[in-house]
Amino acid sequence: MNFGFTEEQNMLREQVRRFMREACDIPRVRELMSTDSAFDGNLWKQISDLGWLGLVIPESYGGLGLKWVDLTVVLEETARGLSPLPLASQALASAAILRCGSADHKANWLPTMASGESICTIALYDEPNWISPDAITLTADAVDDGYEITGVKPFVPDALSAQYYLLAVRGPHGLALAAVTRDQLTVKAQPIMDRTKPTGSVSLDRAVIPADFLLPMTEEDLAYLTDVGAVAVTAEMVGAAEAALTMTSEYAKERIQFGKPIGQYQGVKHRLADIYVDVESFKSLLYYAAWTVDDEPTELPRAISLAKGYASDAFARIGIDGVGLHGAIGFTAEYDIQLYLKRSKWARPMYGDSDYHLDRVASLGGL
Amino acid sequence: MDFEYTAEENAFRNEVRDFLKQNLPPKPERGKGFVTSWLEKVREKGWVGFSWPTDYGGSDGGLIEQAILREEMALAKAPPLGTSFMGLAWVGPGIIQYGTDAQKKKFIPDILDSKVTWCTGYSEPNHGSDLASIQCKAVKEGDHYLVNGQKIWTSGAPWADWIILLVRTDFDVDVKHKGITCLLVPMNAPGVEVKPIENMAGDRHFAEVFFTDVKVPVENRLGEEGQGWMVTVSALANERSSIGEVTQMFDKLDTLKDLVRKTKKQGKPASEDPKVRRTLAMFEAKIAAMKYNGLRYLTKQIKGERLTSETSVNKLHRASLEIEMDDFAVELTGQAGLQLAGGDDAVDGGSWAKASLGWPNVVIGGGTPNIQRNIIAERILGQPKD
Repeated sequence: MNFGFTEEQNMLREQVRRFMREACDIPRVRELMSTDSAFDGNLWKQISDLGWLGLVIPESYGGLGLKWVDLTVVLEETARGLSPLPLASQALASAAILRCGSADHKANWLPTMASGESICTIALYDEPNWISPDAITLTADAVDDGYEITGVKPFVPDALSAQYYLLAVRGPHGLALAAVTRDQLTVKAQPIMDRTKPTGSVSLDRAVIPADFLLPMTEEDLAYLTDVGAVAVTAEMVGAAEAALTMTSEYAKERIQFGKPIGQYQGVKHRLADIYVDVESFKSLLYYAAWTVDDEPTELPRAISLAKGYASDAFARIGIDGVGLHGAIGFTAEYDIQLYLKRSKWARPMYGDSDYHLDRVASLGGL
Repeated sequence: MDFEYTAEENAFRNEVRDFLKQNLPPKPERGKGFVTSWLEKVREKGWVGFSWPTDYGGSDGGLIEQAILREEMALAKAPPLGTSFMGLAWVGPGIIQYGTDAQKKKFIPDILDSKVTWCTGYSEPNHGSDLASIQCKAVKEGDHYLVNGQKIWTSGAPWADWIILLVRTDFDVDVKHKGITCLLVPMNAPGVEVKPIENMAGDRHFAEVFFTDVKVPVENRLGEEGQGWMVTVSALANERSSIGEVTQMFDKLDTLKDLVRKTKKQGKPASEDPKVRRTLAMFEAKIAAMKYNGLRYLTKQIKGERLTSETSVNKLHRASLEIEMDDFAVELTGQAGLQLAGGDDAVDGGSWAKASLGWPNVVIGGGTPNIQRNIIAERILGQPKD
């Protein structure tokens, strides 16, 4: 029985922290946020050299062959500093290829994803807040030389930095992932509130993909990809929420009102304590969920729904109270706490909000 | 990260399960004298005071084995391993840590053999949460202390044999935590008077305890004079893993789901109501969080790290669940939910109604939620003290 991290995982965590401190601190993040793609090829090169893009890709395909627990460590730490790099998208795209792709797909695509030469993203649902196979409406129609797609995928994470897109579609034989290249579609940046999570819509006009670029996806595959998507997002929520707590807690020690630090007032310190309780709790739930991905997959749906169901509401409240406890200065663009509020709002609906996940917990629990 | 157990740990789990199969008949089949023989048997196995050193009658049980024992006992809904909850939880460990050899010989075997029960004299009429401000006074006169004062909210006092008592031996101190001394006092000593207090559920398990010129031999002092605060703090810090509690709470959640399945709300099955489903799921999320928090803290302890105040996290969850789960059942079942045992429409024998009035026992005893929040904010987050 060991519900903790290994020495190697602790070193990995330190490595990510050092990278974030030295190469991708908040001033740098703010510079990137002012661009549409928020992408930095130089930083991307550095993290691919560190092996982080191939963490969950098997060694036979050029990755490190590690587990989702290791990926969780990296996502938690990059999100602590609000990294805008499309690391989660790359990981989820590789998870999709591992799950739905053929041996050829894996051999052809995964090595360049592990090395960072290709930048990939994945978009599943066409509805803004509906987790269901029915929420995939974009179609791929059979034509002579493959499949033709016309329409819009409205919510594509990291759409502006990606070169390759896995888009969930309805094909002639059911659900599938269409592998589409950048030159086959038009990307439109959408002005979303969290600029560290650049999101765009992509539109396709009679784009034709080769027949073997349509990867069949069962409903179970879709559920799995949604669940690991939620694992990735919740890992990011843990790091970001903990950073928001630290920032607010430090501020409460320094800010003097009525002659004493505001952290001495129970209205402030008790809220900080409750935030600590929430972060500790969805962190524990998330670690367990990340562990189930590789070691107890039948438990994954329940485990991640408990974690994301808890975290979605709790982190959103932490974002708001983080700003609120700072007072007027927290409201300023200059102060960093507001960036975490925006991140909390971004994370809430991703791969299912608390209503979706808690209802699923009820169903899985026999109600 | 792994949730595997070693062969020895699994063997121990099987041993506990086999024992329970043989020695724990279903409730209706438990005859007269069941409890006595149960207590003898678990004592014989060395499972009472399982973590205590073998020199004092314990088994030196490791952290994981302790967790396994608690989990299996809770899964089987077994009765407690002793009759003195407080004796086993903190009085015994306190005596092992601070007691003299004579005290260990005198008190420890009786706790392990369930021969005596203990209660805890900490709170006073004007000092509940502010424990260190106690005024109950003890003056040393030769070979004994003369104790005068009052305790209140003393759980178990109406039937306890002994009390672990905090008294003030020095009023002239710069810090209120100094000058406090810990005494072990028989409840039948002349001058000790117990007045039970009826609680809102109609029970009488806590009481006022009055001390009038009670003579306590110096040999019944636990630790040095003035060391009482330290004795208390380290005794209360004798944290038990929450794994047994978590098992009980999952069990309660199952009972709550059964209730939901047979209940209608506005004429429709309650199990289809989104608010009901969400509420139950959130209970499950909090209980699961307690479980995995507990395992994370247990792992830290196994690796030799000292826990600071992390256990307050689970105490806060426990407190809110303790209130909310019973309250939810009462609300869900409307006017029937208000009926106590004997009511024509009482729900599950009125057990939810009764339990919904019993939460302060758990929620306030041992530190209110706001005290737990102070502990987290000050000791973990480093916020200034009030």
